[in-house]
Amino acid sequence: MLKLDDISKVYKVGTFGGQELHAVSNISFDVGDGEVVSLIGESGSGKSTIGKMILRLIPISSGAIIFNGVDVSTLKGSKLKDYYRNVQGVFQDPFSSFNPIFKADRTFSILRDEFFSEISSPDWQNKVNSSLEAVGLNPDQVLNKFPHQLSGGQLQRLLIARALLLDVQFLVADEVISMLDASTRIDVLNLLADLKTRGLSILFITHDLSLGYYISEKAVILYQGCVAEMGATEKIYNNSLHPYTKMLMAAVPRLDKKWEEAAVEVDLKAKGSEFTGGCVYYARCPLPAKDESCARDRPPLLEIEHNHFVACSKL
Amino acid sequence: MSLQVENLSVYYQTLKGDVRALEGATFTLADGEIMGLAGESGCGKTTFGKSLILLTPPMKYVEGHVLLDGEALPIWDTERMNPFRFKEVSIIPQYAMSALNPTRKIGKMISELLESRGVSYKTTRPELKRRLELVELSHDVLNMYPIELSGGMKQRMVMVLSTLLNPSLLIADEITSALDVSTQKAVAKMLVEFRDRQFVKSIIFITHDMSILYQIADSIMVMYAGKLAERASTAAIINAPRHPYTKLLISSLPEVGVKYAEKKLTGIPGKPPLLLDPPTGCRFKDRCPVAFEKCLEEPPFLEVEQSHFVACWREFEEYA
Amino acid sequence: MINLKKNEILYFALRNNKLKVGLAVLLLFVVLTIVGPLLTNYPPMDYVGPLSAPPSSEFWFGTTSFGQDIFSQFVHGLKASFLVGIVGGGLGTLLGMLVGFTAGYRGGMVDEALNMLTNIVLVIPTLAVLLIIVAYLEVRGIFIESIFIGCTAWPWAARAIRAQTFSLRSRDFVDLARLSGMNSLKIIFTEIAPNMMSYLLLVFILQFGGAVLIAATLDFIGLGPTDAMSLGLMMNNAVLWGALILGIWWWFIPPGVAITAIVGALYITNVGLDEVFNPKLREM
Repeated sequence: MLKLDDISKVYKVGTFGGQELHAVSNISFDVGDGEVVSLIGESGSGKSTIGKMILRLIPISSGAIIFNGVDVSTLKGSKLKDYYRNVQGVFQDPFSSFNPIFKADRTFSILRDEFFSEISSPDWQNKVNSSLEAVGLNPDQVLNKFPHQLSGGQLQRLLIARALLLDVQFLVADEVISMLDASTRIDVLNLLADLKTRGLSILFITHDLSLGYYISEKAVILYQGCVAEMGATEKIYNNSLHPYTKMLMAAVPRLDKKWEEAAVEVDLKAKGSEFTGGCVYYARCPLPAKDESCARDRPPLLEIEHNHFVACSKL
Repeated sequence: MSLQVENLSVYYQTLKGDVRALEGATFTLADGEIMGLAGESGCGKTTFGKSLILLTPPMKYVEGHVLLDGEALPIWDTERMNPFRFKEVSIIPQYAMSALNPTRKIGKMISELLESRGVSYKTTRPELKRRLELVELSHDVLNMYPIELSGGMKQRMVMVLSTLLNPSLLIADEITSALDVSTQKAVAKMLVEFRDRQFVKSIIFITHDMSILYQIADSIMVMYAGKLAERASTAAIINAPRHPYTKLLISSLPEVGVKYAEKKLTGIPGKPPLLLDPPTGCRFKDRCPVAFEKCLEEPPFLEVEQSHFVACWREFEEYA
Repeated sequence: MINLKKNEILYFALRNNKLKVGLAVLLLFVVLTIVGPLLTNYPPMDYVGPLSAPPSSEFWFGTTSFGQDIFSQFVHGLKASFLVGIVGGGLGTLLGMLVGFTAGYRGGMVDEALNMLTNIVLVIPTLAVLLIIVAYLEVRGIFIESIFIGCTAWPWAARAIRAQTFSLRSRDFVDLARLSGMNSLKIIFTEIAPNMMSYLLLVFILQFGGAVLIAATLDFIGLGPTDAMSLGLMMNNAVLWGALILGIWWWFIPPGVAITAIVGALYITNVGLDEVFNPKLREM
């Protein structure tokens, strides 16, 4: 359904825009129909940037985004609006996603004005009610209320209902549950997983590995704007090959076993590493086989086994 | 060192009345113990942490005693608490790393802080450098501005700063929440090392992330809606919790190895009560799957097994 | 657009002393402006009384050295000042909104260009420009003066509005509005501006006060309107005709006090309103 083809995003930073910040470098992956793909990365990995590029909130520096066969990277105007009928997003902070001075369901009436201007009021009411019920909300409890009167979980569900109103095919979920309480997180997560049965594809952006495992068939591990490892979720988690993925798996706090006593890795450099053109993980890589070719050439993404790709030339 | 808290209650003053953020907290902390204080937002854990060190308006001290090493802590009196702060009790507040003054070099900020406590920066410098090495920060950090450091580095810096005078009690409020997975592990392990090297005697680690507590805490205390729900050793809480809230909370946490398709986890329906006018009796009863008539009466926080405290009628023998 | 917070705002508004004092003083002058002309029988420019007479029961503020009724001049001058404040301040705010919203919302090159424009206008010596304009315009009215003030005072408003817009722009609801297919203009006016209403009010109050002050200054040095009386013009005349030396204090004290009081009251109102709208500034 959605294919990212060699996407890059370069920011000009520094005085007079002299230096370049490569937020995303040559990323390619695709999301099939009714598939949930987890985009996993820490801060600085570029995962939110990719989400925003897919949603066309940020322009793309190079590459193409192909949605159902159509290149949407440069759409504008009414064509862009058509794109939004099919692709929507839900963001991390539920309270920032609503204009605090208006009621929460204004977000629905905006959609009505923009996309459904011809629809009759009773039809619209039915549509709204069925969307709300599909996300597990009681219309009487959430309509006509201000955002500060509702909880984070309710607001996130409202935002998902908003996407359902448009009957989207693709949803970008950017850290949608990280700001929710532990007891409501799993409910919203289950909701997203349920929506798969409606044929919805989801790009689930997160830094939390256990969430990725719970909900997705496919996972993409990002590091500093490049794909480190990608493929079927079980393969990535149970048989991690890239040194970065292995480090992540070892660092996740689990409830069934304690951290191994391996040496704790700490980054000594101040933030902001230079773009060298070689492997982005070179500085932290613990592989004994690493050499100058790693620092010089960007390793390509190779299929090591079926549906398991790794970007490391030393494997 | 030991910490004894008895019946501590702290409210928040607002226009609409008093928000009963913390009520009747009673527990003890032993020497060298790392206790995790877990709960969701609004349960009172940050209020609790702050009240032990800086109780200022809009917080209001209502009742209770705090004994640190047998000596009463005058937490209601900010003036008299001054000699204790930083030296006996120290805190790493939430968002500490964004609270570093961006216009001061780190070294200058530290020297100003120490001088304000009546401690000479010169004499403390060698120890400061040793500790920086311990957390793997180079000495150059003292000459840098906060903006030049990454999140993990700032957090480690704040950790060193808060423990510089070897306080007996350290309160760490959500210090790993804003960090990446790899840095979280480093910071959490560093906390344990501080305790092992006796830089601090005991630690109260406030967080909502139970899995980090499983990794480093000796015991866990779970709070709900301003009251203590359960307190026990880490193994007991994670593997054999007794309070219905704890049970539901643990079972709602996704784990690596659990897939939606295979085993769908469930959350806790409803939301925590507002503490402006909290419900009478057990505050969890509206969401509790095993609530019964006795729950209209507030359950006491009792020891049902060796070092295992619960506030739930169902867990007391007469009602099981 | 009203939410439950309205009651909270009213509550704090009624208790804020600065707001009450500021508004009271302003109200006093407004009443004087409306009612004043009815209380005096003499038009401001006519020679109706004895020369340089001190305040008396007939001429409440005395007369000028030409025998004009100072009270009458005063209330007409007040009207002129308020007019300049509204038109000049209003124009300044509008232009500031135009530039500020565009720069804050679009960012990037547009922002850079508008910033440069703002800085240039800020740096232009308005006095010099005004002198040149004066040389070409025979007759100047209050309206022209207000337009001029508005066109040179907007940079301050633009900067403030740009900063606020920047911070609101980064909130997710703006992104969601874009995802809903709204165009930029609609987003600015339906999502961003309503969130800034209190801020825009404060900006307008400051522009109002600034405009009154600038007008008084211009009038005082003789660059003001030629066909109407204003407070600054009164002071100009007073100094020109030696009121300071001759001790005709009733000629320049009322307009001076009035300008100080009005502008001061506006600024105090501003501070008070800021406290009312911003919970963090309130003392609990």
